[in-house]
Amino acid sequence: MTRPDVFLCPGGPMLLRGDQVVVDDDGVEHRTTRPVSAVCRCGKSASKPWCDGTHKLLPAKLRP
Amino acid sequence: MTSLPKPRGPLSDLVTSALRAVPGEPVDRIDVEPESADDAAVTLWMLHELLYGGFDEVDDRAEWEPELIRVRRRLEDDLEAQLRERWPGPPDGADLEADFFDWVADHDGPSLARHVQTHATEEQVLDLLRVRSVYHLKEADPTTWAIPRLPVAAKAALVELQYDEYGVGDPARLHAHLFARGMEASGLRPEHGAYVDESPAEILEQNNALSMFGLQRRLRAAAVGHLAAFEATSSVPSRRLAQGLERLGFPDEIIGYYREHVEADAVHEQVALRDICVSLVQEEPHLEPDVWFGAWACLDLEDRTARRMLAGWGVPA
Repeated sequence: MTRPDVFLCPGGPMLLRGDQVVVDDDGVEHRTTRPVSAVCRCGKSASKPWCDGTHKLLPAKLRP
Repeated sequence: MTSLPKPRGPLSDLVTSALRAVPGEPVDRIDVEPESADDAAVTLWMLHELLYGGFDEVDDRAEWEPELIRVRRRLEDDLEAQLRERWPGPPDGADLEADFFDWVADHDGPSLARHVQTHATEEQVLDLLRVRSVYHLKEADPTTWAIPRLPVAAKAALVELQYDEYGVGDPARLHAHLFARGMEASGLRPEHGAYVDESPAEILEQNNALSMFGLQRRLRAAAVGHLAAFEATSSVPSRRLAQGLERLGFPDEIIGYYREHVEADAVHEQVALRDICVSLVQEEPHLEPDVWFGAWACLDLEDRTARRMLAGWGVPA
């Protein structure tokens, strides 16, 4: 029984487990604060680099 | 601490008196039928509350009083029967992992979050915060009952999710506490149960269903299905609620509570579906219909609450 540290949710975010640092497009570092964090993959989140659920409002073909 | 709510009919009246008399007097057999949905809902809410924080004026031994457990069981059976009667059954040919979020999105119910975002008055938002406090002040607790009833992988994942709900070890980040601080900053009473008397039956039924799913091992799959639907309908609505609260000039503490849920629940919905529900069904495939049942119950009960609140404000649903 293995549990991935990184998981790509079909049509949704990338789940990241543990203490990680994510660098955004502007080079700013964001440290995770949760046991699991969701990183935006659709590019439309208002809370980037984190997912805010916006992918669900996109047509299926525009989802990651 | 919490005070007993006001009775709403003959059954809640009798149960309130019995609760006050424990342990001095034996509880006589209670066969009175609830007079209304309100009478049933407030009685079951009280009986469930004995398993959480209890009441100031009730001896803690009331929690395991056999006659009160018999009444609770009768009311839970009624609530479950009503839900199962309304439930259309699991969606035809749907794959739990691949189709769950689309199934939730296709559910077209009235949205309190949309109303708050664009049109609600300050008074309507205060109304909503008061009745939402019945759940948010014990947020995550009902689902915690399910932890020991799950197989290994689902159990580990639920604990991981609940750890975030409970603030990752920091009491200042515990979600129920964030809500209490938001209530206080908004000029409302932050004590658990403070607004039960003004909460309609629909709000109490939402709360009761969640407690029932958590407390009955038989319904563990409904508990986690409910969780997945709850989380899947939280992230985007929480952002709308935060925007509405900003529009009306509410304090940062309550806006912060909803902002926290935008990001937290974007994670939780994925964990709840994939690592908890799908993982449970892999181990115990016969439970899949109940995952869908619990998820549907979450959406259905929220629809009823939304319709009730909007109707009370004279807003078309």
